[in-house]
Amino acid sequence: MNLTLKIWRQKDSNAKGQMVDYKVTDISEHMSFLEMMDVLNEQLIASGEEPVAFDHDCREGICGMCSMYINGEAHGPDRGVTTCQLHMRMFNDGDTITIEPFRAAAFPVIKDLVVDRTSFDRIQHAGGYISVNTSGNTQDANNIPISKHAADEAMDAATCIGCGACVATCKNSSAMLFVGAKVSQYALLPQGQVEAADRVRNMVAQMDLEGFGNCTNTGACEIECPKGISLENIARMNRELMKAQF
Amino acid sequence: MSGFFKSSIGRKVAMALSAFFLMIFLFQHFVINLLSVFSGEIFNEVSHFMGTNWLIQFVMQPVLIFGVVFHFIMGFILEIKNKKAQGVAYAKNNGAANSSWVSRNMIYSGLVILAFIVLHFIDFWFPEINTKYIQGDWSGVHEGVEGYRYFHELQEKFVNPARVAAYIVAFVFLALHLLHGFTSAFQSMGATAGRKKTLQNIGKAYSIIIPAGFIIIALFHHFNHIH
Ligand code: HEM
Ligand code: SF4
Ligand code: FES
Repeated sequence: MNLTLKIWRQKDSNAKGQMVDYKVTDISEHMSFLEMMDVLNEQLIASGEEPVAFDHDCREGICGMCSMYINGEAHGPDRGVTTCQLHMRMFNDGDTITIEPFRAAAFPVIKDLVVDRTSFDRIQHAGGYISVNTSGNTQDANNIPISKHAADEAMDAATCIGCGACVATCKNSSAMLFVGAKVSQYALLPQGQVEAADRVRNMVAQMDLEGFGNCTNTGACEIECPKGISLENIARMNRELMKAQF
Repeated sequence: MSGFFKSSIGRKVAMALSAFFLMIFLFQHFVINLLSVFSGEIFNEVSHFMGTNWLIQFVMQPVLIFGVVFHFIMGFILEIKNKKAQGVAYAKNNGAANSSWVSRNMIYSGLVILAFIVLHFIDFWFPEINTKYIQGDWSGVHEGVEGYRYFHELQEKFVNPARVAAYIVAFVFLALHLLHGFTSAFQSMGATAGRKKTLQNIGKAYSIIIPAGFIIIALFHHFNHIH
């Protein structure tokens, strides 16, 4: 199929960017969106132009690197997928596709479609871990019984890949789905209890410091999240923070 | 604890607490207004009690005013903070793909409600304060009106069709505000995500029945009392 692409081009973090139109032809519907971008970049390189910078790594939906706001939605119109898993069959011949970087004050653009998501890393550093001494006398994991229900819920929360689609989608650029998932994966397990109060306090404090907005429960993040992280995790984080006051 | 209410989540909890208070107040106000449809006399009795009881006048009324002011000031603060968090706007954003219009426009439905509250204060509250606190008249009676004056005043207010129209518009926006706000407040409190079916249904019932009730009451008095 033949497509018109409207892509955000921005030289570096200080430059003023703008939308630029490109045309690509003979795109197979079986290509992933990133492969379509590769075709465009080969074209650009062949004609001596600067290729479009975009983030990617695993190309199988697990690393969370690929971003892109496609036709007004994080990771494009499909559900439960990242951009690398988005197929061109979701589009029609002759379509115009708008491609922008994830937008949020806390995700500044580095170049073109690449944004700086290290604010997520700093939130993780503030408490997204448990402290265990693993030198020598590591316990058998099965020593601590965990209910199936709690294990499943913790696992669901832990599937968050830190892609930032929740922030990009949110009208308030709130990171609460991400932080809610990271807080929940430990809050649900006995291993997470020791540091629970400090964890939620420090992670929420870091989230606020990074300049993410306030959740107003629109629920958009849950719909656009490629891993189906549930809003329940935000409710749980709110409870955890309230508990941490006492 | 003071640190808590400075955090993003603490602010949401404060917002939800003020919203819960407003929703309880709204229900109470609705029940009293409903009485006016069935009996002017009972409405008068209850109004006189509410207007002269010291607990309601000196404790509940200031709490209510604080609640309303806190709610919309906090609403504005959150809106401004969230705008700042957004950075550059998208050239194309398909909000309808993942969220409801009402959830994305709480500030606008809120602003319409605020405009209505101003009108409501000019209509009822300022005259009430004037009569009771400035002229010192706590009798609840008015020359030329049989019994207490409240029911008569209510009827007078709904004669003008422009005011009735303003009421209807305001309550439609209140319904929109609540259609998102009701479940949202539960989620902010950490009770559950707003997606639980029963909670959603209770929310829908509250958000539609109460504002629709206010509208019907206004229309009832309008059509029963056209001069
Ligand atoms: C005075 C004018 C008002 C303004 C400017 C206003 C504005 C706002 C704003 C900006 C929000 C936050 C948006 C969000 O969290 O989604 C909100 C939430 C809410 N408002 Fe209002 N509002 C007003 C009056 C009212 C009234 C009269 C009621 C109920 C009787 C009400 C009930 C709610 C509820 C239930 C919420 C959800 C709270 C939460 O998410 O935790 N509001 N309002
Ligand atoms: S919660 Fe979902 S959308 Fe947000 S960072 Fe995690 S995987 Fe991505
Ligand atoms: S490139 Fe790893 S998730 Fe898309």
